[in-house]
Amino acid sequence: MRISRTARVALCCVTAAGLAIVYVPLLLVLLNSVNTDRSFGWPPSGFTGRWWRAALHSEGARQALLTSLKAGLAATAIALVLGTLAAYAVHRHRFFGRRTVSFLLVLPIALPGIVSGIALNAAFRTVLDPIGIGFGLFTVVVGHATFCVVIVFNNVGARLRRIAPSLAEASADLGARPWQTFRYVTFPAMRSALFAGGLLAFALSFDEIVVTTFTAGPGTRTLPIWIYENLARPHQAPVVNVVAALLILASVIPVYIAQRLSSDTAGGRL
Amino acid sequence: MPAAPTPGSRLRLTALLAPPLLWLTLAYLGSLAVLLLSAFWATDSFTSDVVRTWNTDNFHELLTTPVYRTIALRTLSIAAAVTVVDALLALPMAFFMARVAGRGWRRPLLVAVLTPLWAGYLVKAYAWRVMLGENGVVGAALAPFGLHGPGYGTTAVVIVLAYLWLPYMILPVYAALERLPERMLEASADLGAGTWRTLRSVVLPAVRPAVLAGSVFTFSLSLGDYLTVQIVGGKTQLLGNVIASQVTLDLPMAAALSAVPVVLIVCYLAAVRRAGALDSL
Repeated sequence: MRISRTARVALCCVTAAGLAIVYVPLLLVLLNSVNTDRSFGWPPSGFTGRWWRAALHSEGARQALLTSLKAGLAATAIALVLGTLAAYAVHRHRFFGRRTVSFLLVLPIALPGIVSGIALNAAFRTVLDPIGIGFGLFTVVVGHATFCVVIVFNNVGARLRRIAPSLAEASADLGARPWQTFRYVTFPAMRSALFAGGLLAFALSFDEIVVTTFTAGPGTRTLPIWIYENLARPHQAPVVNVVAALLILASVIPVYIAQRLSSDTAGGRL
Repeated sequence: MPAAPTPGSRLRLTALLAPPLLWLTLAYLGSLAVLLLSAFWATDSFTSDVVRTWNTDNFHELLTTPVYRTIALRTLSIAAAVTVVDALLALPMAFFMARVAGRGWRRPLLVAVLTPLWAGYLVKAYAWRVMLGENGVVGAALAPFGLHGPGYGTTAVVIVLAYLWLPYMILPVYAALERLPERMLEASADLGAGTWRTLRSVVLPAVRPAVLAGSVFTFSLSLGDYLTVQIVGGKTQLLGNVIASQVTLDLPMAAALSAVPVVLIVCYLAAVRRAGALDSL
């Protein structure tokens, strides 16, 4: 297809403008974290490192970060196991209801967070509460794992479609047991997809706020919940800005790792 | 690909499927069932306690109260608008990234689109609140042209939601365009098709499932959002806000209200699945 020079330039401009709009808010958050003003005004009145020092000593932010890490790691671990099993079943077997299984797996991220959130909330209240399991980190992990499974499922599934089944067949022909085939043939080929899926699942859990709001007890505060609670408090605003700026800076790391890892899973699929 | 089912492989399949299905059924479908069930319960208006007596009052109220209809329609149109805006932005951007930019540029551009996904939903929504505010950058940038920013309200909600979900649309469209074989485009040109004809008859049909897959995210995420609305929506009320505010006061009503997005999404998913979009999700 021939694309005229004008069209090329126009497309380039649209992309550049799109990316500029994507980055302007993020740059402003960074700028704002060193702004002397407590409330954000434009243009900034001066620069200071004060808020960064305050944020680094904020006990609330540190606790929230720790809770987020715990919840994210636990949810990712569960999602890795369940998602891989499901991907194996759906992509290596033919069975009745195969499409229904994929549909079911997509449902938790396809339905709005608020619906999943209050559904889990209602279920925990009616089922778990009476048997003595209150809202807390456990309920948050259950909620997060549920929508993280599909991320791992997608990544591992995409990889399984690319690994020729003949490899596993050859391994079996050479006398390997199913478990040995998995350990020496399939798993090494899937490793980077598992890692990319786990990374995405962790990110999704780390950023999730709606489901968390409805599944966390009053004492359980993840980082997004902490940010949301402190957005409304004027004297906390500078510290929230620094945490936001830190999150933006830290976001480069997982993207870099995911890109290094694999081209077909981390980049092309969510 | 898979061998004919033998007793051994059937056993293995059961072992593979049981844990994820058990989890999904217990944790998710079970919860949805409880939610649906509680929509048929009532609430004591004095104590806000749930009264477990079967009735359809909530659905009756939902269908007969004009306010709910207005809010549902408003939510639906905002979700549709966000999806259209994202599709219109994502198509040229993804096309440039996948087919026009030099090979060495594709990866960096993709990374540039991906990175903001990790920067945090709240951080970005809040950045827009600051930008759209009274002394915000948007106002400052538009002032020389004698224009005003949209301020907080419905327009701001559409802008911010479209901003937040844009990568979810660009990614699948980019992947589809990248997979499109060059031969097909050449064949189209050889058969005498001009650029527009090729775009319309070859490129668009190829990216359609990807756009639909992306739209599942943009549509569903917008349909349920209530935080962005709280942050930049001013007085705008969407379904998500009404549901969120009812959860502690009147859980049965909140449950009945959430049936609206669920029905909308399930219909949408069913429609989109026919177009093969779920396979490229």
